[in-house]
Amino acid sequence: MDKTPKHSRNPTTVEPALSPLGVPPAESHDPDIIALGPEMAVAEGDVRSAEDGESVRGSSLWRDAWRRLLKNKLAVFGLVVVAVITIASITGPAIIKAASGVTPDYIPSNDVKLIKSFPPFTGPDGKFSWSHPMGTDNAGRDLFARVLQGGQISLFVGIISTLVSLLIGVSYGAIAGYVGGRVDNLMMRLVDVLYSLPYVILVIVLLSMFRSQTPRGQLVLLFVALGSVSWLTMARIVRGQVLSLKNQEFVLAAHATGVSTSRIIFRHLVPNTLGPVIVYATLTIPQVMLTEAFLSFLGFGVQAPLASWGSLASDGAQNIAIFPWQLIFPGVTMALTLFSLNFLGDGLRDALDPQMRTD
Amino acid sequence: MLRFIIRRLIVTIPTILVVITITWGLIRLAPGNFYSGEKKLPAAIEKNIREKYGLDKPWYQQYGKTMWNIVRHLDFGNSLKYQGQPVNTIISRSLPVSAEVGILAYLLALLVGIPVGSFAALKQNSKWDYSSMALTMLGISVPNFVLGPILVLVFALGLYWLPPSRWDGFFSRNLILPVLTLSAVYMAYIARLTRAGMLEVLRSDYIRTARAKGLSERAVVIRHALRGGLMPVISYTGPALAFLLTGTVVVEKIFALPGLGNYFIQASLNRDEPLVIGIVAFIAITLLLMNLVVDVAYAFLDPRVRYQ
Repeated sequence: MDKTPKHSRNPTTVEPALSPLGVPPAESHDPDIIALGPEMAVAEGDVRSAEDGESVRGSSLWRDAWRRLLKNKLAVFGLVVVAVITIASITGPAIIKAASGVTPDYIPSNDVKLIKSFPPFTGPDGKFSWSHPMGTDNAGRDLFARVLQGGQISLFVGIISTLVSLLIGVSYGAIAGYVGGRVDNLMMRLVDVLYSLPYVILVIVLLSMFRSQTPRGQLVLLFVALGSVSWLTMARIVRGQVLSLKNQEFVLAAHATGVSTSRIIFRHLVPNTLGPVIVYATLTIPQVMLTEAFLSFLGFGVQAPLASWGSLASDGAQNIAIFPWQLIFPGVTMALTLFSLNFLGDGLRDALDPQMRTD
Repeated sequence: MLRFIIRRLIVTIPTILVVITITWGLIRLAPGNFYSGEKKLPAAIEKNIREKYGLDKPWYQQYGKTMWNIVRHLDFGNSLKYQGQPVNTIISRSLPVSAEVGILAYLLALLVGIPVGSFAALKQNSKWDYSSMALTMLGISVPNFVLGPILVLVFALGLYWLPPSRWDGFFSRNLILPVLTLSAVYMAYIARLTRAGMLEVLRSDYIRTARAKGLSERAVVIRHALRGGLMPVISYTGPALAFLLTGTVVVEKIFALPGLGNYFIQASLNRDEPLVIGIVAFIAITLLLMNLVVDVAYAFLDPRVRYQ
């Protein structure tokens, strides 16, 4: 791959499947063509690496971006914190269960008189104890385990909803941008109209009216609601990228060799928009998590016995005067995660697209 | 310009009708009814209720009647929960509360955010720049429903400086904490936007010209740079208003303020159809009009922007 001539790599775009002659690899598997000359030997290299996908992405642009990202201390800090919190949330509840034998939603006693919320590092006898490093909640559940369990759901909601918005936004934007003309006009006008709607308000109406009887049902509803409203900006970004790409030679070449429109859009154009899409997706995750927490805080989101950072903070806010730790731990964990994700997203933007830097 | 405004207004009206229709549809498609509760009602009572509220008629007649009243008389009907109170009365009573908190919060955010952002841009890459930008990132990352209770904990329950919650008229100390809570995110965003905008402008040729002709740094920044540098802030006003409206929902809940957001949450939980539709429609109208105002203001401030 290192022999690839420079002119075939546009620094701001990634086109893994493009030879210097613009022959789309999908149509150029014929070994006779590749054996024609030195020019074509390069094409062969590109074709081969395009087939195993990853090796091309690992080449110049992505490796450069990774190096730039590692130089950005705040972004590395964000990456580490997000990784630690994610791993802790995924494995934590299982480890706690193995260690103490109870699940995070285990309520020690149903006797109202016995239930007491303990401060951090305090045992039932009021003395120092390692058993509840974040204290317990109103029902006597270990808050540390609850925060980890809540992290699972908060991160899960953030990632799944972002994937939903990716799926809708990228397809929508790419189709609008590539087809162009009246279709584009109509599709983007619809986005403009949706943009101006008070969508969080509509989501609240949706969630409160269709309030599911099961916590799982409510979770699915939450994914649908959050994913279906957060794709608008993604669609605009992808459309803009596609508009600037669709008149380049490789698209013309693909078109000329008879590649179908849908294949041009999804195999040739969409991979080129990956940089901005990744950046925006990273920044969408904290936004979605914040919206989820907001909805859960108001009581429309995640339902007990499931917990998210938002619903834990909601419970905690009601007891802020007496049991402040019930709000502070989930709240600070969430703020730290969002903080880190935002820095990571900013760092990715600087790394992947140095031209977009704001400073 | 006038043509642009008229064209936008023409799009606005169908949009609002679509919003109302979506809301109506969501309420009607959802299982259950506003009167259905834990206990099942006797059939005769249910029949009477359905008759009284016109629920026994076919859906298109009900929809038509609702829409006709709204379009023709701007009448959203009476609340189902707050018996005998017209939706319009509830909105006009609760709106000033939300509006005051929201406007004060946004003004405070501008008042703090613009100087902080400009200063960070002028001293780019200094300690001040880095620390203020880290602080603004913190402001964006701490959710307002975490910040609010923590402020209450510190200033009301810890230091006894301010009352923790409740509404006490338009001019009272009770407003300080809600406004601060709501304002934090906008302060942070506006500071970041101002910094980005100023950095771009400060590099441009006309600033070099202004400096070259010997203007004081003060005049360069305040008279020349800020005007261009604030453009991102102005275009942010549209989306900010949308977030402000949802932000007030949380703040009103935390501080128990009788604003639009609190009524909206209650109405949604109670399935109070006329009130939900009324508030959603009102919010949609406000948003669309504000977006239009922002676009027009943009054209006035930036002579390069032209609308057809």
